[in-house]
Amino acid sequence: MESTVANKQKLTIVQAVTDGMRTKLTEDERVLVFGEDVGKNGGVFRATDKLQEEFGEARVMDTPLSEAGFVGAAIGMAVNGLIPVVEIQFLGFIYPAYEQIMTHASRLRARTMGHYTVPLVIRAPYGAGVRAPEIHSDSTEAIFTHMPGLKVVCPSSPYDAKGLLIAAIEDPDPVLFLEPMKCYRSSREEVPTGKYVVPIGEANKLQDGEDVTVICWGAMVPVAMKAVKEMDKKGVSCDVIDLRTLYPIDKDAIAESVQKTGRTVIVHEAHGTGGVGNDVLAIINDTSFLYQKAPVERVTGFDAPVPFFGFEDDYLPTAERVMHAIEKVIKF
Amino acid sequence: MEKQFPIQTWLDGNGNITADDYENSLTEELAKRFYRHMVRIRTFDQKGISLQRQGRIGTYAPFEGQEACQVGSALALEENDWMFPSYRDHGATMTFGHTLLNILLFWNGRNEGCVPPKGKNIFPPGIPIATQLPHAVGAAFAEKKKGTKNAAIVYFGDGATSEGDFHEGLNMASVFDAPVVFFNQNNHYAISVPMDKQMKTKTIAQKALAYDIPGVRIDGNDVFAVYFETLKALEKARNGEGPTLIEAVTWRYGAHTTADDPAKYRNQEESEIRRTQTDPLTRLERFLKNKGWFNETEAVNWQEEASKEVDAAVEEMEQFPAADPADIFNYVFAEPTWILHAQKEQFLQVKKGDPSWNQQ
Repeated sequence: MESTVANKQKLTIVQAVTDGMRTKLTEDERVLVFGEDVGKNGGVFRATDKLQEEFGEARVMDTPLSEAGFVGAAIGMAVNGLIPVVEIQFLGFIYPAYEQIMTHASRLRARTMGHYTVPLVIRAPYGAGVRAPEIHSDSTEAIFTHMPGLKVVCPSSPYDAKGLLIAAIEDPDPVLFLEPMKCYRSSREEVPTGKYVVPIGEANKLQDGEDVTVICWGAMVPVAMKAVKEMDKKGVSCDVIDLRTLYPIDKDAIAESVQKTGRTVIVHEAHGTGGVGNDVLAIINDTSFLYQKAPVERVTGFDAPVPFFGFEDDYLPTAERVMHAIEKVIKF
Repeated sequence: MEKQFPIQTWLDGNGNITADDYENSLTEELAKRFYRHMVRIRTFDQKGISLQRQGRIGTYAPFEGQEACQVGSALALEENDWMFPSYRDHGATMTFGHTLLNILLFWNGRNEGCVPPKGKNIFPPGIPIATQLPHAVGAAFAEKKKGTKNAAIVYFGDGATSEGDFHEGLNMASVFDAPVVFFNQNNHYAISVPMDKQMKTKTIAQKALAYDIPGVRIDGNDVFAVYFETLKALEKARNGEGPTLIEAVTWRYGAHTTADDPAKYRNQEESEIRRTQTDPLTRLERFLKNKGWFNETEAVNWQEEASKEVDAAVEEMEQFPAADPADIFNYVFAEPTWILHAQKEQFLQVKKGDPSWNQQ
């Protein structure tokens, strides 16, 4: 159970997500939550736990098993004055809705020169490491950051999860909200009750250091932190940046850090080719080329489909691989 | 299934009423209103093709032959209803109140073409097939949630019924009892693919059975059948009785767009036969003549008015200010991101010939 201490409660990431939705459902009549199994069942991960009981079936709705259908309908609702928050059960199941997101949600404002807009939040748990059946473990954020007109956020902590979700719901444009399912219940932290916002587009400095910048997000944050702590014992101090927003990326936070350290390791779970890490690299190139003391290292998922869970731990970047990368940029 | 879903016709090819029950609803005023609108949109359509041929607009999708579908259904709407057209439905959008100027701008590569007049709920044309169906369901659902009596109509063709979004849209509307009318114009061809290669079913209306919603099959070249059946479906929607699928059986005389040649995939003689036998405008004209309501001078005046209105819109389109290239960046988000800002600044500097663009 959550303990409440002076307007704060200790929550897991998934509880913080629920609390973010509850906050906005309470505050704004236009907000609707829907998707597959989000009603009675409270979502397959219980992210919408008890919300239907609290807000009724008219505002927290089970939909048919129809990703393109309910995302498409959400676009029509958003255009017509509602603020839908839809849940895709796993990011790996979002692809039927891809056309609706790419062709309509993300470009309706541009097509109509601002006449029609789509304030829509699409929540999707992503990533491997929970021994889920195949296709449940994708981390394909880059095919969404590539899409003009869509913001993509990915919190790694309960505090950020709630604050970013509220920011996403209040954003006038569509936002893809990626939830690291491996971290859903792995830790708790104090989260304020009621409303607060973590701005979209701002990274978070998790640790100050001098020697190497480590840039990561979502489920890779604990992996990177583990590596960084080990390296600290070896006398290497790292600046650690949790990107939090994958589009638009916080350019200034990256530049400030990599100009100080001159050595960078980027860690992401997604496949390397076309990954968001490459955009981070481009930012380093554009802002801080002359400060670099070593080529940037990337620790990523491989260019292979996310494997069955029998060997998903071998696919996922590990603290060991991150440590190797840090050592490599130090020794260059 | 064709027996279960017969094509309902009120007005036969000779302009005679075949549904006696409705004879009293077919007033002179209504018939002439339909006729004027159909003349107007056909005039626009023919101009559209000729403008494309002359290189004055881009690729154009003609709807000639489908005027009864588009006029009859659009005139059945109320002011605050929603319209979700496909790219071949500007006959319906202009009848519902879209401006000819903006429709021409759309076909001339301008985003202004996607902006409806103030207070008009007209979505930009659905380009990828059937994707507009779920949008209509969502907008209709929102009206229901707000407690209004407004409804939505969404247009699509025969080929669209093979898409997932068609089925997802109908299913969602059925489950949510959304006040939406699914208006199918079955013109028998999806670009080059005929209906019998598109589906095994002989009718589209029967697909409604799977969603437990009414399926209505009408003669799409009979403006009376279109108007009154759409009106009926909209009434049901407004009364909380959920969606209806209407299949309006029709024919496009011309190409899919000005970029293809229909003679390559079908015998165009059939289009010519249909033009003489089942044309929606000729049929209505025969009706007016049978009734003794047709006035040659009036008809000539309407044609002239339509031509003048279209010509004026073409002139306005051609004098429309050039697009502002900065608009590429201005409407992506409510507030442009730093990336868009940077790209815009650099682009504008290069465009101006400012040498400082690469010295930062």
